[in-house]
Amino acid sequence: MTTETTVTPLRRTTRVRFERRMEQPRWLRYITPLILIAAALLVGAFLLWLVGANPWFVYTQMATIAFGDMYGWSDTTIKATPLILAGLGVAAAFRMRLWNIGAEGQLLIGAFMATGVALHWLPAESGQWLTLFVMAAAGFAGGALWGFVPGLLKAKLNINEIITTLMLTYVATQWNNYFVYGPWSERGFGLTPQFPKTAWLPRFTDYAAALPAMRGVTAHLGIFLALGLALFFWFLWRRTKWGFEIKVIGDNPQAARYAGISLTRNIILIMMISGGMAGLAGMVEVAGVVHRLQERFSPGYGYTAIIIAWLAKLNPLAIIPVAYLFGGLLVGDDVIQPAGIARMLQGVILFVVVGGELLLQYRVKVERV
Amino acid sequence: MCDITKRFPGVLANDQVTFSTRHGEVHALLGENGAGKSTLMNILSGLYKPDTGSLAVMGNPVVFHSPRDAIKAGVGMVHQHFMLVPSQTVAENVFLGLHEAGFTINRSRMADAVSRISDQYGLPVDPHAKIWQLSVGEQQRVEIIKTLYRGAQILVLDEPTAVLTPQECETLFRTLHMMTAEGKTIIFISHKLEEVLAIAHRVSVLRGGRLVATTEARGKTKAELASLMVGRQVLFQLQKPPATVGETRLELQAVEALDDKFLPALRRITLAVRSGEIVGIAGVAGNGQRELAEVVCGLRPITQGQINVAGRDVRAASPLAMIEAGVAYVPEDRNGTGSAPNLSIADNLALKAYRTPAGGCGALLDDKALAQRAKSLIADFAIAAPSHETPARKLSGGNLQKVILAREIAGKPQVLVAASPTRGLDIGATENVRRVLLEQRSQGAAILLISEDLDEIFAVSDRIAVIYEGRIMGVFPCEEADLAEIGLLMAGGANVAAAMEAA
Repeated sequence: MTTETTVTPLRRTTRVRFERRMEQPRWLRYITPLILIAAALLVGAFLLWLVGANPWFVYTQMATIAFGDMYGWSDTTIKATPLILAGLGVAAAFRMRLWNIGAEGQLLIGAFMATGVALHWLPAESGQWLTLFVMAAAGFAGGALWGFVPGLLKAKLNINEIITTLMLTYVATQWNNYFVYGPWSERGFGLTPQFPKTAWLPRFTDYAAALPAMRGVTAHLGIFLALGLALFFWFLWRRTKWGFEIKVIGDNPQAARYAGISLTRNIILIMMISGGMAGLAGMVEVAGVVHRLQERFSPGYGYTAIIIAWLAKLNPLAIIPVAYLFGGLLVGDDVIQPAGIARMLQGVILFVVVGGELLLQYRVKVERV
Repeated sequence: MCDITKRFPGVLANDQVTFSTRHGEVHALLGENGAGKSTLMNILSGLYKPDTGSLAVMGNPVVFHSPRDAIKAGVGMVHQHFMLVPSQTVAENVFLGLHEAGFTINRSRMADAVSRISDQYGLPVDPHAKIWQLSVGEQQRVEIIKTLYRGAQILVLDEPTAVLTPQECETLFRTLHMMTAEGKTIIFISHKLEEVLAIAHRVSVLRGGRLVATTEARGKTKAELASLMVGRQVLFQLQKPPATVGETRLELQAVEALDDKFLPALRRITLAVRSGEIVGIAGVAGNGQRELAEVVCGLRPITQGQINVAGRDVRAASPLAMIEAGVAYVPEDRNGTGSAPNLSIADNLALKAYRTPAGGCGALLDDKALAQRAKSLIADFAIAAPSHETPARKLSGGNLQKVILAREIAGKPQVLVAASPTRGLDIGATENVRRVLLEQRSQGAAILLISEDLDEIFAVSDRIAVIYEGRIMGVFPCEEADLAEIGLLMAGGANVAAAMEAA
């Protein structure tokens, strides 16, 4: 039906009316994100101009640094990898309207578990691929545990998962701090010793002997894992019966229960998968980039993943380009002064996209009465 | 209301409708779904603005910008879909949006005010109960109380009797007469022609957005009104072939269950439904019907007793186990339970079949097969929709019910539970639903029909069971059942039941 809002009459006889579109045209749905990101960059440009910077210069600099050459792409890929993985996890929970906002904590625990495997729990002489596999499994399991607890509480006692996932993030932060300053610490600094080489995810540059062009490209093979899993989730949601169940629960849990779909089981399962994916993001970050566990190794990947999942409309394949965009922002932020411009842009993009989407659902009509 | 025209994208909902009521009359408004009744009434109650045309209340021209303006002018509406806040109490809902409550909340004063009105007009409801705990019928009483409390002079009632017993209808009609005697005007929207003829002074009929007639009710017949509504002759008698009853398919033995408040809702229910028969459950809303349906469909655990489906004990079964045992369920709440509103018609048709081989082999989903299946069901059940990809929420009540029926019947059920399957549907759609139920009966399904509409129970049931406060008060073969007696049992006439048993 139409929702009408009368906005300040321009003249006595003219009115601006917002009318809800009955049908969203297909083309609009596809170009909406592009329009909105462009609008967000404009708003950002205005803010940059206010503080006396040249917006065009800032944007082109950031774009050049993030996407200008192979090394830029490499750095952006490094940032995009955990963002894709955690974004896939967040999107999985959001599909069922489970608001898992604790991907950051799940990521930290994933990193913790991977570190435990790399430094302590697996015999040092284990082969590289075995070590990495066990690290990935442990990372996933750690994140899954961090998702399991809120999932169980939600499914059995209907406790709000927004609160529990957020709170568990604080637990995870303190947990890791205890270990990097305490038992696993290297001389009391907030970090562990470096992993043995067998616990490093191979980087492109490691293959420079065979492929000289790869020299200096420090991106690691985790990106293939991320891309593969994005495809996997796309297939899971679109082409499997379980994906159908999740879609039904997401739209109307009561109808799902009526249709014989178990809510309890699926809530717990999805929360574990969601947490597990964030845990995997933590694992690739420590195994591929940091090579140790340290305090604040994540620049808030788990939170950015929420924005990415939302902007990608929970579509696993759309998460890839959106994660690259935000990865590029993070890379640009490392280089551009004053620091924090990327973060501001992240916020602006989220605001403009969420708000703008609502606006685009309405048609603006100016009419004379 | 003069020359009202309202256009929605693609639809001309009201086409130059001129409609007027007199002081102190009950004015019935008739029309099929989509005839424009709701639009016209939403304009009268300030929800919509007409594109052209004007309104006058008690002789004064008015322009309503919002329902608040309409209420101020003395127009109140009881909607068919209730406008209540589920998590708040009855009293809070009545006072919602009123400024007189002030900053602090005086609960006892609010409850007293509600009780006063509910006593005065015979609308019993607990002022402290939360809305979500109430049955549909009780919620409607809250809506009526709310409107009365706001001092409405013109009351618009959208199918108010759909959820009442004959006796309660009588009470309501007395209430309406009392109000009209005070000079209030009642606009009464209904599909039930008998009651329109019984209480309305005048009748207006809408068809396709146009007003086709306004006439005195006196001297009119059902057939005349129905043909005005539909634009053709209507048959009132359904073809009901004699039942060929087979083995017992559904058996409840001393079943007990709790409601959402964890109070006893079903008390030692013993009931059997056999293949090829329809057992109608008659009762006032909120006497355990919903719980009964949910227990049979595995959606609500039982605390005592035993349930057998096709001879198998299924007392602790899950919804899935019940589906697999061959129980199909047409729920009362089509939007909230029976469908996933934002998913396509095809998805809604596949809500249960997706897990069978028809939905794809193994864990994979076969979209194309399901789309094909949806297309053929849409054709078989004459579902009017642009395509199988249309979201379910865009369907009219009648078409959505066709989708639900198609889905439930496609599984060739052993037992079919239908809860208020024609609630809110127009004559055509109602005819269609009842025909489908009788077809299933001929094919040997055991059908449990739960309905607050006694006409419906009498029209299609083979046996009638009356439920009151979670107890089965008696079971009667349809041809021996007497309307007055059933009505008395629905209101809890225990002595009658005792007398029956003694005899």
